[in-house]
Amino acid sequence: MSDARIEGYARALFEIARAEGTLDEVEDELFRFARSYESSDALRSALTDEMVPAERRQAVVESLLGGKSTATTIQLISMVVGSGRGRDLPEVIDRLVARASESKDLAVAEVRSAVALSDDQQQRLAAALANATGRQVNLKVVIDPSIIGGIVATVGDTVIDGSVRTRVEELKSRL
Amino acid sequence: MNLFAVIVGAGDVDPAQSLNWLFPATSELIYGGLASIIIFSLIYKFAGPAAKKGLADRTAKIQAELDGAEQALSSAKAEAAEIRRAAGDIAAERQRLLAEADSQASALLADGRARLSAEIADMESRAESEIMGMSGRMGDELRVEVGRLSSEAVDRLVADTVDGATQQALIEDFIRKVGAGS
Repeated sequence: MSDARIEGYARALFEIARAEGTLDEVEDELFRFARSYESSDALRSALTDEMVPAERRQAVVESLLGGKSTATTIQLISMVVGSGRGRDLPEVIDRLVARASESKDLAVAEVRSAVALSDDQQQRLAAALANATGRQVNLKVVIDPSIIGGIVATVGDTVIDGSVRTRVEELKSRL
Repeated sequence: MNLFAVIVGAGDVDPAQSLNWLFPATSELIYGGLASIIIFSLIYKFAGPAAKKGLADRTAKIQAELDGAEQALSSAKAEAAEIRRAAGDIAAERQRLLAEADSQASALLADGRARLSAEIADMESRAESEIMGMSGRMGDELRVEVGRLSSEAVDRLVADTVDGATQQALIEDFIRKVGAGS
C-alpha cells in the first residue's frame, strides 16, 4: 500500500476513534494487536490470505478480540482486514498511534519488556523517559520474552537498550 | 681290284682316257686348271669384296655385339654398384630412422615422465591443500558449532537465572538509569 493510502487509513481510524470518544483505549488496543500481529505468523497469514473470504478474516478478528477489546477496535481492525489491507495493519496502527500522540503533544515510547510492568513502573518509566528525551511520552508496553530480561525503550529514533538479550549478545561477540 | 693295281695299270689304257680314277689327263688338268684359275680369279674379283665386306660386317657386328655386351656388363656392374650403394643407403637410412625413432621415443618417454611427475606433484599439492582446507573448514565448522551450542547454553542458563526478582531488579535498574541519565 502506498504511503498516502496508509496515512489515509490511519487518519480515518484516528478520526473514528476520536469521534467515538475512545481514542486512548482504542489506540492502546490497536497497538497491542499490531505487536501481536507482527509476532504471530499464523495470525498474519490468516488475516492476509486473499484466498480466504473477507467475511471469514473478519470473523477471525472478532473471535480473537471479542470480549477483550472495545467494539470500536474490533470494527476498525475488521474494516482494514476486510478491505484486503491486513498486510499494512501494523503500519496503519503505528501511524494512528503517532497521530494520537501528536494530538496530545506526546512522543510515542515503545517499551519492550520480558514481563508485564506495573502501573507504578509504567508511570515512573514514562517520567524517566520524558526526563531523558525532553518530551512527554505516550508509553506503549509490549511484552517480549525474547529480550529475556530488562527493558528496551524506543522513542522516535532513540533506542535505550537495557535488555539482558543485548548484554548476552555483547558478551558473546566479545568471546 | 685294289688301289695299287689301279694305279699301276694306268699305263695300259687309252691315252685319251684317263688311266687313273683319281688323276685326270694332262690336258684336262691344264684346261681344268686354267678354268679354275679364271673362275677363282673372277670369284676373287667379283665376289671377294662382297665376301670381305660380309666378313667385315660380320666382324663389326660381332665386335658391336661384344662392345654391347661389354657395355651391358659395365652397365650391369654400375647398376649392381648402384644397387649395392642404394642397399647401403637403405641400411644407413634404416639405421638413421631407427636412431631417430629411438631418440623420439626417448624424448617422448622423458617428456611423459616429466609430465607425469609434474601431474603427480600437482595432485599431491592439491590433495595437500584440500586436506589443509578441509581441516580448516572442519575446524571452522567445529568452532561455529561450539559457538552455537555455547550460545544456546548461555541463553538457557541466563533465561533460567533471570527469575521474577531479577526481572524486577532489571526493570527498576533501567528506570533509575534512564531517569538519572537526562
